Amino acid sequence: MSEFTFQNAHLVSGTGDVSVATDVVVADVVVADVVVADGVVTEIGQGLDVRGDTIDCSGKWLGPGFVDVHTHLREPGQEWKEDITTGSRAAAAGGYTAVVAMPNTEPAIDAGHLARFVADRGRQVGLVDVIPAGCLSEGRKGQKLAHLDELCDAGVRLFTDDGDTVADAGLLRRAMEYLAERGRVVVQHCVDAGLAAGGQMHEGEVSSRLGMAGVPAEAEEIVISRDLALVRLTGVRYHVQHVSTAGAVALIAAAKAEGLPVTAEVTPHHLYFDHSYVEDTNPRYKMMPPLRDAADVASLREGLRSGVIDMVATDHAPHADHEKDHAWEEAPFGVIGLEWAAAVVNTVMDLPAAEFFKVMSTAPAELAGIDDQGTLAVGSPANLVVFDPGGTADTGRAVSRSSNSPYLGLELSGRVLHTMYRGVFTVRDGVVAEPAGVAG
Amino acid sequence: MKNLLTMEGVDRGTLDALLNDADEFYEVMHRPIPKVPTLRGKTVATMFFEPSTRTKLSFERAAKALSADTLSFSPGTSSLKKGESLKDTVLTVKAMGADLMVVRHSSTGAAWRVAEWTGLPVVNGGDGAHQHPTQALLDALTLRQHFGSLDGLRVAIVGDIRHSRVARSDVWAFSTMGAKVTMIAPPTLLPPDLTGWPAGVSTDLDAVLDQFDAIYLLRVQAERGGVSVFPSVAEYRQRFGMTDVRFRRLKPDTIVLHPGPMIRGIEIDSGPADDPRCKVLEQVTNGVAVRMAVLFQLLGGSKQENE
Amino acid sequence: MRSVMSGDDMTRALRRIAHEVIEKNRGVGGLVVVGIRTRGGPLADRLADLLTEIEGVEVPSGIIDIGMYRDDIDTRPRIELGPTELPGDIDGRTVVIVDDVLYTGRTIRAALDALADIGRAAIVQLAVVVDRGHRELPIRADFVGKNLPTSSQEHVTVRVAEVDGEDGVWIEGSDRGSEQ
Repeated sequence: MSEFTFQNAHLVSGTGDVSVATDVVVADVVVADVVVADGVVTEIGQGLDVRGDTIDCSGKWLGPGFVDVHTHLREPGQEWKEDITTGSRAAAAGGYTAVVAMPNTEPAIDAGHLARFVADRGRQVGLVDVIPAGCLSEGRKGQKLAHLDELCDAGVRLFTDDGDTVADAGLLRRAMEYLAERGRVVVQHCVDAGLAAGGQMHEGEVSSRLGMAGVPAEAEEIVISRDLALVRLTGVRYHVQHVSTAGAVALIAAAKAEGLPVTAEVTPHHLYFDHSYVEDTNPRYKMMPPLRDAADVASLREGLRSGVIDMVATDHAPHADHEKDHAWEEAPFGVIGLEWAAAVVNTVMDLPAAEFFKVMSTAPAELAGIDDQGTLAVGSPANLVVFDPGGTADTGRAVSRSSNSPYLGLELSGRVLHTMYRGVFTVRDGVVAEPAGVAG
Repeated sequence: MKNLLTMEGVDRGTLDALLNDADEFYEVMHRPIPKVPTLRGKTVATMFFEPSTRTKLSFERAAKALSADTLSFSPGTSSLKKGESLKDTVLTVKAMGADLMVVRHSSTGAAWRVAEWTGLPVVNGGDGAHQHPTQALLDALTLRQHFGSLDGLRVAIVGDIRHSRVARSDVWAFSTMGAKVTMIAPPTLLPPDLTGWPAGVSTDLDAVLDQFDAIYLLRVQAERGGVSVFPSVAEYRQRFGMTDVRFRRLKPDTIVLHPGPMIRGIEIDSGPADDPRCKVLEQVTNGVAVRMAVLFQLLGGSKQENE
Repeated sequence: MRSVMSGDDMTRALRRIAHEVIEKNRGVGGLVVVGIRTRGGPLADRLADLLTEIEGVEVPSGIIDIGMYRDDIDTRPRIELGPTELPGDIDGRTVVIVDDVLYTGRTIRAALDALADIGRAAIVQLAVVVDRGHRELPIRADFVGKNLPTSSQEHVTVRVAEVDGEDGVWIEGSDRGSEQ
């Protein structure tokens, strides 16, 4: 029987309910105590009697554990970069209690049994909820539909060929119609292959000076425009991954104004860095879509603040040292970010606590269809994080198996102190737990 | 100066000093014994990840003329294909006793990474389409030999600017030394964003041809990585090639330069290529002198001074 | 800094050296005077002019830069290279090297290597304004303006009008008088 009392935290429930009640839901934000027993939140209130261990949370935020709708765990098939164990630890270190695993593994998650494998492994590790996403097309090849029904039955809600863009509008339309009928979400990695061919970074002033082929903003905007027309046609719920351009933000705003069922995410690195960082030609700034110009970054920050962009998603993409220790053009695209996402968002956006948890926890949980995450109330499973917005993040080393991070050595304000998953600490005082009964 | 990686941001004084030293090494190359003991006991490693005969030979010639030893590394396939990281490759060669590395690689930024990983003095022998500083130095030396100085010199750079590291280095080096540079190319062969470039642009060679003191011709390929960037080489020659007709329209003192190797009939016709006003062979000789000056600059001083 | 040779002292010393060169070589036939850059250059020119004046026969002079021949590149800062200009061949000729100060001898060794790469002189002799001792190599001067015993802590400065605006030799060090 483990009981814990979190005391004097700035509590965010994520429910947005303004009524003040001490035993059901609590208004955002209030200073309160939270009691957890046997994996469940049992009490919320002020000046509660202490049960079990006490954790002093004065001046710290306590809210629903973060949820990442865009993580690459690399298992099955690429375990030298990361696996579900090390990825879960990295997620916990970053305050996450749930992640959606992208399906571009080897093999790709295009059939039910593969989705079940990923979910089972996640349960076995037991540090975060690992929810598999499924492919839209078989093998992500963009030619035939993946086993959509099997995947739905295996619990998959988000469908994407992430890493690739579904180019065939006819195939995409059929996938959308099918998934609309089953109430699922079509998620798109928006990069037009023709315009982006050979592109190494954002096409602009910096790429021209560096002599590298660039990916113009239009490569993203063209795909979004086309997809929105199909959303209008099919009515499917649609989610734009890693928005990176001002033009994309405008398209999404217009789509929402029209009432289309569209949501969007932005990565921490796109909020923080612009293409001037690429002058260094260090591959830790190389990802797709690339870092864009200052005007794009400003528009992304404004978009997140205004709600046009609904949530933060990391696109955590591990690559081993021997893969990134190359010259820029021979290095793979992708950077890791689970461990520092909260600190980056806190540093760059300076959001109030309620908005912070909305974009880090509540909105992503809703998209991913995870009922027991993203909000805290009496009776919820105890999936929570204690975050110190005034602390300093540890950017000295990575918990992930890989270390391809643009944040190493950076000064970031905001620190995850404790992460609790179903009532068990996965991070306590900054120390990440080992998975129960699983070696290494 | 610890490394020579780029011409961007290098000040005039440094360029002048390098060219002055190059003049002295040029003289050495024309002696009965064209060799000096300056870098005896030093090892220069030429790491050429992209094929090259001329530049590699030129660096090795320069190293040997300074009595340095050479270590020559040119893998048949890229390290990436063999699974070894670039970092491991260069650290291995460093462990064999290299004192300096000359790096040529198909990716932008390679020389910077090598400098960071090894801590050795590094000369960028060409990184992707980014920079090729020793080429710009030998080009500048050739111009200086002919005109005395680059101040006020009108230089045209013609061809595939977009994919050319030679163009990028030349634009910076020539303009720092006082020349007025104009880039001439069709739109698909110009960089997408020219903000901050110290050079003018034209897409019509014939309109401006007779204004220049020097014309620098770049190599051109109709296809880059399977993507067609220009309709055809014949059409390129029509609009931008140094044909006999165009050559005759040049001012009488105008010289023509090319980084080599020249593809006759595309960038330049045979008539102009063989004319004494085409200084390609002088460029090659100057290349060795300039590279001797660069190696001397990076290895020929106390370590404290170089850091 | 303490003066050890005035401008006039230097002029007299050069004239004496000129006479010694003529005596040792029984005239100036086949002679060429080569100065070590920087200050050796104008000193070589002056010596050549004196020889020409005394003998009534044109004696040519030149200058060599030894930047490419130093053996201490790892420990001393690099200086910009200067031109090496010789009046014709040195093959079979008598070369008189001229320098301002003879100290460890390494500069002269480098000059001998440079000359050897340029041609094959029949005889090489050395004239210096000041010999301050502390040789590290078996090198000696044939003609010396002034022998100046020094400690290695001290610093000897030779100035020549063509380069520094005045002629003279000074010494400075911990126990010989105050600065400037």
